[in-house]
Amino acid sequence: MDQGAPPPKKTPLNARHRASGARMVAFGGWDMPLEYSGIVAEHLAVRERAGVFDVSHMGEIEIAGRDALKAIQRISSNDAARLEVGQAQYSGLLTPAGTFVDDLLVYRFAPQHFLLVVNASRIPVDYAHIASQIAGIGDAVAVDVSSRYALVAVQGPRSRDVLQTLTAVDLGALKYYWFAHGEVAGVRATISRTGYTGEIGYEVFVPPQSADRVWLAILEAGRGVELVPCGLGARDTLRLEAAMRLYGNDIDDHVTPLEADLEWIVGWEKDAFVGLDALRRQRTAGIDRKLIGFEVLDRAIARPGHQAYVGSNHVGTVTSGTQTPYLKKAIGMAYLRVECAAEGFEFEIDVRGRRARAIVVPLPFYRRGRRGQDLPADRPEPHPKELH
Amino acid sequence: MAYPAAFKYTKDHEWIDVHDDRARVGITDYAQKQLGDVVFVELPAVGQTLRAGQSFGSIESVKAVSELFAPVSGEVIEVNESLKATPEAVNSDPHGQWMIVVRLSNPADVQALLDADQYSSLVK
Repeated sequence: MDQGAPPPKKTPLNARHRASGARMVAFGGWDMPLEYSGIVAEHLAVRERAGVFDVSHMGEIEIAGRDALKAIQRISSNDAARLEVGQAQYSGLLTPAGTFVDDLLVYRFAPQHFLLVVNASRIPVDYAHIASQIAGIGDAVAVDVSSRYALVAVQGPRSRDVLQTLTAVDLGALKYYWFAHGEVAGVRATISRTGYTGEIGYEVFVPPQSADRVWLAILEAGRGVELVPCGLGARDTLRLEAAMRLYGNDIDDHVTPLEADLEWIVGWEKDAFVGLDALRRQRTAGIDRKLIGFEVLDRAIARPGHQAYVGSNHVGTVTSGTQTPYLKKAIGMAYLRVECAAEGFEFEIDVRGRRARAIVVPLPFYRRGRRGQDLPADRPEPHPKELH
Repeated sequence: MAYPAAFKYTKDHEWIDVHDDRARVGITDYAQKQLGDVVFVELPAVGQTLRAGQSFGSIESVKAVSELFAPVSGEVIEVNESLKATPEAVNSDPHGQWMIVVRLSNPADVQALLDADQYSSLVK
């Protein structure tokens, strides 16, 4: 371990993970489970049945006050005025240059009370950014409440059946990207119909001291459907199949929502927000590179950092890539020069000194309900951008 | 999983099973556990000449890539083609799933390798 490196942070479920034999990994300053039974088994369980994840490392920042909406509108790229109380929204926290400080979910708890769920590794940066940006905005205060919440995600086609046995909240009435307050396993909880897997699922906010009780109750309630505990490994492969961006890989403070193909989180009609002017200029000037999805055509797996070429011309960089357990293909996302970004465009990726052919394909790679007859009949999961 | 006493081992977690001048080469149970779910094995062409310690291919899990190192010098005379279609067999049967067969050019190479007891203590 590095001299002077702070000890890794632990979620309230850390002891449970270790006692259960999970393989642990350092992630964003946290000691987190990488895998329980194996990434492939966990990935398939979530696609076919259900899995439960500890995502308590995620950060939570509350913004409240008479001018809270005004404050949110200033720091968040998406339009929070469209949110009803009880609704959540994917958005970006941007620098004045229009690049990502972080991506986040914005929950509207009350007309002037919001909860932001942000990436673990970005909590201090996000908080400092938000505090400075809203300083001049009337009556609005931002509080880092990360330590007040544990967060447990139940994901998969059977997740509703499992969670419904533990709560009086009518989960069938909870639409995608809506949330409700109630109890889970006798513990005060906020249940959100969201996730990072592309599957039907729920994220459950509970007090840290009750996290273990809720975790064990979910495992017990899921026994009949063979729900399994899952680690960050499966979370990453699942989110990649669903083409959800990972901060630090696919987006960071060098890229904008337009380059990341996330224009749908840009509230163009808003009066102002941090980064809007830069995005307007970029829209006018046009982008040079764009995040695309690709499939590798040769027998090879592209990994983050691998370089993309057309002949001897460098045309981009891979940001995410793996062999996916469910689709059983080598897929990934990459920034390519815009003239190379059209669907069907073929290029090459330097995979450790050898060129592998790849082709640009539409995102997401996986969409629930479009494959496999083993899934229960339900509407295909809409993309978050279809909700607004 | 026990490490077969008939095998020799490297510090890079390959095993080698020598019969006369021929040796099968695979990766150890410890190695497959460290890797996690194996999804891809890249192996050399038959006829390629290897030096001891040289990379002869790679093995990839969902999360990681790892190089395969030749425990001995020699010529690749057989490659386990079944691992192309079923790389996960390395996880379920690491000591049965060989990757290549090498014809040893310098049988004395084997003397430098670890025996099962030495390897077991290394990965304890």
